Amino acid sequence: MSAQAGSKYREADSKSYEVEFAATLLDAGHPCPEGLIAWNGSDPVKRFAVYRNNVVSSLIDALADTFPVTCALVGEEFFRAMARVFVAAEPPRSPILAEYGNGFPAFIESFAPAQSIPYLVDVARLEILYLTAYHAADATPLDEAAFRGALSHPNALPTVRIRLHPSTGVLRSAYAACSLWVAHQGTLDLATVDPYQAEEALVVRPLWEVLVVPLGPGAGRFIELLADGAPFGESALAASREQPGFDLAATLAILIRAGAAISFDFKEETQP
Amino acid sequence: MKPSSHSKADLAGAPPHSRRLPATVGVGLKPEHYTVVLATRPKLGFFEIHAENYMGAGGLPHRYLSRIREEYPLSVHGVGLSIGSEAGIDEAHLDRLAVLLQRYQPEAFSEHLAWSSHGGAYFNDLLPLPYTQQTLARVCAHIDRVQERLQRRMLLENPSTYLEFVQSSLSEPEFITEVQKRTGCGLLLDVNNAFVSCTNHHRDPKAYLDALPLSWVEEIHLAGFAEDHDAAGAPLLIDAHGSPIDSAVWNLYRHVLERTGPVATLIEWDNDIPPFGRLIEEAGRADLCLAAAGDLA
Repeated sequence: MSAQAGSKYREADSKSYEVEFAATLLDAGHPCPEGLIAWNGSDPVKRFAVYRNNVVSSLIDALADTFPVTCALVGEEFFRAMARVFVAAEPPRSPILAEYGNGFPAFIESFAPAQSIPYLVDVARLEILYLTAYHAADATPLDEAAFRGALSHPNALPTVRIRLHPSTGVLRSAYAACSLWVAHQGTLDLATVDPYQAEEALVVRPLWEVLVVPLGPGAGRFIELLADGAPFGESALAASREQPGFDLAATLAILIRAGAAISFDFKEETQP
Repeated sequence: MKPSSHSKADLAGAPPHSRRLPATVGVGLKPEHYTVVLATRPKLGFFEIHAENYMGAGGLPHRYLSRIREEYPLSVHGVGLSIGSEAGIDEAHLDRLAVLLQRYQPEAFSEHLAWSSHGGAYFNDLLPLPYTQQTLARVCAHIDRVQERLQRRMLLENPSTYLEFVQSSLSEPEFITEVQKRTGCGLLLDVNNAFVSCTNHHRDPKAYLDALPLSWVEEIHLAGFAEDHDAAGAPLLIDAHGSPIDSAVWNLYRHVLERTGPVATLIEWDNDIPPFGRLIEEAGRADLCLAAAGDLA
């Protein structure tokens, strides 16, 4: 930190060190920034590598924390190699690392070496839904009596809007993403899972614990429509059209048990 | 180290500038330890959190933090504000910090003399800056803005560095002294960082510490480092926060306390997090140092 440089350096160099660092931190092929020194005149590249390693390793670690099942499915070596490519291509845009994984499933979808495991993307999506629910705003779920009471207004029911818990998310997968995830929690034998079986799941955190609940056909579409603010009747009709096997009563029972609804809005006016 | 018995009412009545961490030992609050903390109510002086880990809307992190905060003083330590950035302070992030500080009313808020964002990308590391009149003016302007927006004094932490800039015209203690004078901020003295940087730059750590404005130190950090070597084989210490505090750092800590008297001290252990009892052990060691410093004073 000694005063080796004359003032002529300052204006010219002070503007550039950050640009140089930023370019070099995520690209191992980029030459080390200029103007860096060590007391013993040693090659600054080795010292600069500490920063690069801190950046890349900590971001890979953050992704490994968010995607433990995705990591287990491909093995740690593959996962970290894949995460390293993502980190270099899409560094975080915010200091809140809990949000960093949001773009990772789309990256996996386009990452050629991962194409042989087609269900990987949906497992990663489920892990994002889980983390999102974990940090979502708190809200008090309707209890069963209030839910059933609200359902007992048959005339008003078609136009009612059911407000879902802010943590609610839905996964609709062409694969058994939900069962694969559950198997990695230790409550289902992985050997019994056929990964090529389509599945849908509800993710919600009614109080403090995040629930991942398997859904029957059409239920995912129904809940997505409710979440978008569509009226009850219209949502049920659309789900039945898409999936003739849609079971409205069973789906409502799941929403009640999971604590996924927070209120019924019986107002008549149409919403934008 | 009795748990403090303050209440929210006490805090509400205190002007923001009179808030201060007690001169006791605290530890970093980790999710792994939420339940053991609430079940055992350990005798600790305070807890410290990383601000960015509590910027979600709700859920368990806030639930546990709220309950723990009711029983202990709290330090909020930011790691993402990028005070050393060429670009201005990220106002959106500053807003998030303001919300967090409003909610928990911590006794201290601290950030780093470093940068971590550039061109919209966040690097999740505390990156170094040259120490020049130009960067000094910039850092002071950013701290002014932070203190103005948050309506409180912040503490600035000295960094661990691995390289120096040819263009630097001020030493790190000179730079920090000047920042303190111009902005009125307090200091968070990381003794491990001081030892790491002085080893990496072949300086005398005691001379470094004595050149800092120690009377402005309101909190001390103690942590473990990892060891490596530079291209010439010289020791290169890395601020890793994943191991016990080194004996050299304990010695420097005592050296500082002889000058400052007892100061709020945090045991920082962020990686390879040990069982809670191990943190309490390290805290007990720091507590003995504080008691000795109290006797001296």
